[in-house]
Amino acid sequence: MAQVSSIAEEQASTPLSSSKSITLRISRYNPKHDDSSVFMEFTVPYQKWTTVLEAILDVKKHFDHSVAVRYSCRQATCGSCGMMINGKPKLACFTKISELNSDVITVEPMSNFPIIRDLAVKFERMFETHHKIKPYLIRDDTELESDAKEFLQSPKEVEQYIQFANCIKCGLCNSACPTMATDSSFVGPQALAQAYRYVADSRDKGKDSRLKMIDEPHGIWRCHFAGSCSQVCPKGVDPAMGIQLLRGYLLGFRS
Amino acid sequence: MTKDEHKEGIGGMANPRRYGIERVAYLLMRLSGLGLLAYFVAHIYETSNILRGQVGWDELLEMTSTTEGHIILSIVIGMCVFHTVNGIRVMLGHGGVGVGKPARPDYPYEPASQNYRHKIGIYSAIVLAAFAMMYGLAVLFGE
Repeated sequence: MAQVSSIAEEQASTPLSSSKSITLRISRYNPKHDDSSVFMEFTVPYQKWTTVLEAILDVKKHFDHSVAVRYSCRQATCGSCGMMINGKPKLACFTKISELNSDVITVEPMSNFPIIRDLAVKFERMFETHHKIKPYLIRDDTELESDAKEFLQSPKEVEQYIQFANCIKCGLCNSACPTMATDSSFVGPQALAQAYRYVADSRDKGKDSRLKMIDEPHGIWRCHFAGSCSQVCPKGVDPAMGIQLLRGYLLGFRS
Repeated sequence: MTKDEHKEGIGGMANPRRYGIERVAYLLMRLSGLGLLAYFVAHIYETSNILRGQVGWDELLEMTSTTEGHIILSIVIGMCVFHTVNGIRVMLGHGGVGVGKPARPDYPYEPASQNYRHKIGIYSAIVLAAFAMMYGLAVLFGE
């Protein structure tokens, strides 16, 4: 049963003079004592520029401060506020209500991540797999030991990986991935794209160890190129491209 | 998989509505693969009936000569064509062919790997499968 409330004569971050309003449905679930999630509904005013995160924060401020949501930068940089918005994984701070073209907006916790409470999910497993692929340059020498003060790269060499360095670890790609939906052991598009980021870096010497790590039954071969990860990435990382290029190394098309 | 993991499960994996034609192709690829596997098993069973002699073989062939049999065979033709054409597209993609080149992304961040070449490949697979099915139906029912 959904609980319905509306913003009364109180201060909202969006001026109440706004004639437009939406129904915001928020999934509520506490795994410690709830058997299943329930939706609470709130009527929230919005302007052209109001984001979903701002609407949720309005709800927290005026109706129910116990709604659990993780957020920080509010500008698609920290990767904290990923959630399912009308069924698709998006950053709440990067999604304007006016762009959704819907009078009802449903927000749920990201799929394929364990729920802490309400809209907040656990990132431990994603960070574990990210750490597993060794997300740092591997070399025998360092800048301090070398005569050169830095490891120089040509613009062309930088282009090979810079796109994949934009990853903010928001987890949207893992949430959209159809393999992640069924395979708990799959490395996931986030970690695989980051493996490519370092394998393609001309300064890195850890290619063989990284390729060995992902060349396993729940590794890169579980990606079937559905491409959903790339469609939801808020930073243009295109994990699907990175994974296919990475697979090229294992298949011998690239060296 | 436990409830705590909050996985979408097979329902989420098989939902083709949220991520465009690429996810439709992903679902059709799985369905056609399972369908062809089922046909392969049934085909082995069917052909093994020759061990029962001429009578047994003829009895089984009659089953495929019914209206239902013709429709099933036409679906198998469609699945075979789609799985082949889309499979070639996916295999090329897996080798890094046609997935674009890494570059600094510009807003609104259209993913290069989801480019028009792959979309054309998917639509071609669907159209060719439909034509093959229609041809199969015309041949089977036109006897």
